[in-house]
Amino acid sequence: MSGVLGTSVKRREDPELITGRGKYTDDLTLPGMLHAAIVRSPHGHAKIRSIDIAAASAAPGVVAVYTGKDVIASGVGGVVPTGWLLPNLKTPAHPILATEKVRHVGDGVAVVVGEGRYQARDAAELVEVDYEPLDATVDAKGATAEGQPQIHEEAPNNVAFDWDLGDKAAADSAFEGAAHTVAVDLRNSRIIPFAIEPRAALASYDEASGLTLRMTSQNPHLHRLLMSLASLNLPEHRIRVIAPEVGGGFGSKIHHYPDEAIASWCAMQCGRPVKWAATRSETNATDAHGRDHVTHAEMALDGDGKILGLRVETYAAMGAYLSTFAPCVPTYLHGTLLSGQYDMPAIHIRVIGSFTNTAPVDAVRGAGRPEATYLVERLMDLAAIESGLDPTEVRRRNFVPADAFPYQTQVALAYDSGNYEVALDKALANSGYADLRSQQAERLASGGKLLGIGVCAYIEACGIAPSAVVGSLGAQAGLYESAKVRVHPTGTVTVFSGSSAHGQGHETTFAQIVADRLGVPMENVAVVEGDTDEVQFGMGTYGSRSAAVGGSAIAKSLDKIIAKGAKLAAHVLEVADTDLEFHDNQWSVKGSPDKSVAWGDVCLQAYLAHNMPADVEPGLEETTFYDPANFTYPFGAHIALVEIDRETGEIELLRYVAVDDCGEQINPMIVEGQVHGGIAYGIGQALWEEAVYDEHGQLLTSTLLDYALPKAHNLPSFELDHTITPCPHNPLGVKGIGEAGTIAAPVTIVNAVVDALRPFGVKHLDMPLTPEKIWRAMKNGEDV
Amino acid sequence: MYPASFEYVRATSAQEAVDLLAQNADAKLLAGGHSLIPMMKLRLAQPAKLIDIGRIAEIRGICEKEGTLRIGSLTTHDTIANSELVRQKCSILAGAANKIGDPQVRNKGTIGGNIAHADPASDLPAVLVALGATVHMLGPNGPRSVAAGEFFTGLLETALEAGEILTEIEVPACCEDGSGCTYLKVEHPASGYAVCGAAAVVKMEDGSCVSASLCFNGITPTVFNAWPNGGPLVGGSADDATIAAAMAELSIDEPMGDIHASGEYRVALARAYGKRALIAARERSGG
Amino acid sequence: MATRIDLEVNGERHERDVEPRQLLVHFLREELGLTGTNVGCETSLCGACTVLMDGQAVKSCTQLAVQADGTSITTIEGLQTNGEYHPLQQAFWDCHGLQCGYCTPGMILAAADLLERNASPTEREVRDALKGNLCRCTGYHNIVKSVLAAAAGGES
Repeated sequence: MSGVLGTSVKRREDPELITGRGKYTDDLTLPGMLHAAIVRSPHGHAKIRSIDIAAASAAPGVVAVYTGKDVIASGVGGVVPTGWLLPNLKTPAHPILATEKVRHVGDGVAVVVGEGRYQARDAAELVEVDYEPLDATVDAKGATAEGQPQIHEEAPNNVAFDWDLGDKAAADSAFEGAAHTVAVDLRNSRIIPFAIEPRAALASYDEASGLTLRMTSQNPHLHRLLMSLASLNLPEHRIRVIAPEVGGGFGSKIHHYPDEAIASWCAMQCGRPVKWAATRSETNATDAHGRDHVTHAEMALDGDGKILGLRVETYAAMGAYLSTFAPCVPTYLHGTLLSGQYDMPAIHIRVIGSFTNTAPVDAVRGAGRPEATYLVERLMDLAAIESGLDPTEVRRRNFVPADAFPYQTQVALAYDSGNYEVALDKALANSGYADLRSQQAERLASGGKLLGIGVCAYIEACGIAPSAVVGSLGAQAGLYESAKVRVHPTGTVTVFSGSSAHGQGHETTFAQIVADRLGVPMENVAVVEGDTDEVQFGMGTYGSRSAAVGGSAIAKSLDKIIAKGAKLAAHVLEVADTDLEFHDNQWSVKGSPDKSVAWGDVCLQAYLAHNMPADVEPGLEETTFYDPANFTYPFGAHIALVEIDRETGEIELLRYVAVDDCGEQINPMIVEGQVHGGIAYGIGQALWEEAVYDEHGQLLTSTLLDYALPKAHNLPSFELDHTITPCPHNPLGVKGIGEAGTIAAPVTIVNAVVDALRPFGVKHLDMPLTPEKIWRAMKNGEDV
Repeated sequence: MYPASFEYVRATSAQEAVDLLAQNADAKLLAGGHSLIPMMKLRLAQPAKLIDIGRIAEIRGICEKEGTLRIGSLTTHDTIANSELVRQKCSILAGAANKIGDPQVRNKGTIGGNIAHADPASDLPAVLVALGATVHMLGPNGPRSVAAGEFFTGLLETALEAGEILTEIEVPACCEDGSGCTYLKVEHPASGYAVCGAAAVVKMEDGSCVSASLCFNGITPTVFNAWPNGGPLVGGSADDATIAAAMAELSIDEPMGDIHASGEYRVALARAYGKRALIAARERSGG
Repeated sequence: MATRIDLEVNGERHERDVEPRQLLVHFLREELGLTGTNVGCETSLCGACTVLMDGQAVKSCTQLAVQADGTSITTIEGLQTNGEYHPLQQAFWDCHGLQCGYCTPGMILAAADLLERNASPTEREVRDALKGNLCRCTGYHNIVKSVLAAAAGGES
């Protein structure tokens, strides 16, 4: 159906989900199913002296109790690996059940398998572990100091890596004689990804078909690959990983955790299906967390407010072990984005990755790019103050001009397209920026609540690619995506995509791509994802890659279908296939639209094979492994208006205005939904969320009593708009949008609050911006 | 997430509940469950036996008697928040009940369960003390009553003795005697509990303050009563400047702090919200 | 020691022996197979497990199954009548009020309680009524829009 692309088609996923029929992992049961409860360390750092499973083993309903020694004795790999390597990276083993030492609260030490989930939990309480507690170290920078507790023997001073990017000499010389320099010391707070569905796995094993694992996964093939290579050592073809409905991921369901390997291994040991479903506090203590940077950043500018150079030093916590993509996040997803939307002649960043007695840190919505945007856009506000310019003006003076693309940054990326000033102008107009500034001045004069206006101009690099480049940077995987388009004899279509949606609506948007290109009705298109036995291979859904990479793979396969169909049609029409064009669901001779063959006739003929050209095989099915030429580069401008109570420091977010450019939009309704969710996610970090560990490595925010998520009553409705600058290098002209809001929002909010506090001399406050921090900042400002 | 095992028994009358308690020293009472069940799910509480009092009709409901409101201990927050009687005669209590948790919690949580748990960050204790409410209990030796000000004795501690159950909370119909009352709350962004809850009841006559009470939740281990002996507003006009000056003088020893809000900040909140609550209460008062 | 309970769920009567410690949400999911009601936390704060008990929204993770004895429960599976979507279900679909769908059943049932009390709420009232239900995908924007649309009779 031409015209279906770019329209807000209602989601075909929804009827299952609004009626409660959709099945998430923990909704599934199998005959004879057992429940696993994992015994986890209550200590941040401790030696394991002994584990006594006798009482647990004797408890009612208990089928088996295992420790890490049993895992080792079984001969499986028993470790979860790291999927991204850096030069001189320390890669200590991460056993699925610890045997010698625990390194964070939540580290697994034993597993109880029982008939019911209550019984398994009861027995888990009876496993007696004799720990020798050790001193812990939890701070990203502090952990690298001399004399800190050593978490892994192979990583002196807890340093996992020491990496840099850019030209240090050039950056240093930019600061010599600069008219203005600004600097900030900041902490990008640690957040818990907090998908509302906790992680879960349901494993079953039999000799005939091998292992079937249903799990909360954003990338089933990757989970299968890592389990085959490292944790279970089962032949890959004997593992089937299925992602049923997945209740949000935000990065946390990319990674290979011990838990799915434990459930699988238990199913193999017990000969019965085993389900493990995390409780909330369990998933919060063991999901890979996000951010946790300690950064010093400096920017040099000339007298006109033009940037001369940027230098950054970041300590990035890795947590107790290296999670799947952890080393990539603060390096290649962070350092490479430091040019922002700006023409920066010199940039240098050094990143020290550190081990800490905390949950591992890995990609969480935005992954590295919110951190980069945060420090760049904080510095731009400081630069505005230092240069005596409006924050919008200093940005405008430094934008990469619209006619300068492609633009090679000093930190590896080559921006393919952009039009930054247009997006900023639109955001200014939509927010009534000039009027907001006068309201702000009036408020200040009247002594009422303070108004703050925050501006952020962000860029995102997503759909990370091409594979050869990411391989050279350390990826132990390609970052292409696959799509198989199977046209059935009757002309209906099934798409098998390596993407793996968990809320993004691929069944709808991918069907729109097919319907648009082939001219078939959407209801004649099925989309299959999330099953390693059904789908050829796939890299999954994260990093805002599914439309740009997965969608493009589908588009490429559709082009191949049309090309093959043209050969069949040309044979019937007795013309050359190059004389045909495909539109309105038929192939017709260029210039003679009455000479045509209909879609259905070609599809049927492809399978009847009664009248085929000699060099064409029967069937109509095409597969593409699409490896993009470059990242895509969405961008935009966001503006927030906040109000601050002078007496108490309480903040109210009054307005949030966003203009985003993700290129062509397949389904604007879904694009807007992604932006809404992304913004709320970013606001959460700015205002409320923080994973806090005490000095012993205790997670003080393991439940919702202490970890504050955004709630309906403390957010406004968002004011969205967009510009469209198509991606020049993919067939759909699309760019990613899933993370844009999360990249822009934290710094937009912080800039707004700091802007409100300018009369108090405040230059920077770390997230989360609790009322108390603001109250103290105002108090200190008054004392100045 | 999975409570440990316990025995379960259901009481059909207040007296039966008292009798069951007498027979089972290690039993806990279950009303709406919204204080106890979360503790049991985290296995912070593992009672051997639960006596479910949730269905005892005689201690549920609201009525007016001799100028006071009688609220059965099993009355839910939602019922109190939406009771026309409470809204008209004791609006501060309806308002505070409506600020507890969220709608689902208010639909099940009860006033008795709430005050028996005596969480320092809960919303009702300061309101009941400020109102001068009376708490009625039933025990092995029959009924007994204490003033709300004596009921809350410490962190998660009350005057309720082993073997006793709460039956009724009696609150004055303060909106009818010329008093104005207000409860203001700074909500914890995660739990929804009070970081600071300020309850003010002010009575004015001919422009002069006859009585003023001011109590806080969330600042100290149990209700902080700022003016147990009348306070500085009585006898004056209770104008904004007087209130502001009184609040600037407010001092609270050993305030509680946590990762979200320090004790020092909570005191600052108490001063700000105490002031706002008093001004609002004065404006609502008949005088 | 099992306790007998007798309750109505989605219009159907069930008599079952349950362990007193079993939470209502586990009874619904595991004894009755009604897995539309989800579990997202353990502290009564996320609202994914919200069901209607005698018409009122409650968190089924903070109720024992034995407490539901004699009550009438409505879960998301019981919201359709004669195969027709409830106006809230329809509005959530129309307004893109869900993404991953995990919070959706609880969200819809919490909103149903609101609309039962207040047929034409303001945006502020909708937001306040949903403070016990967490969503990580939508930023609540389209959820609020959905509830307002359902209240307005499907006109968004």
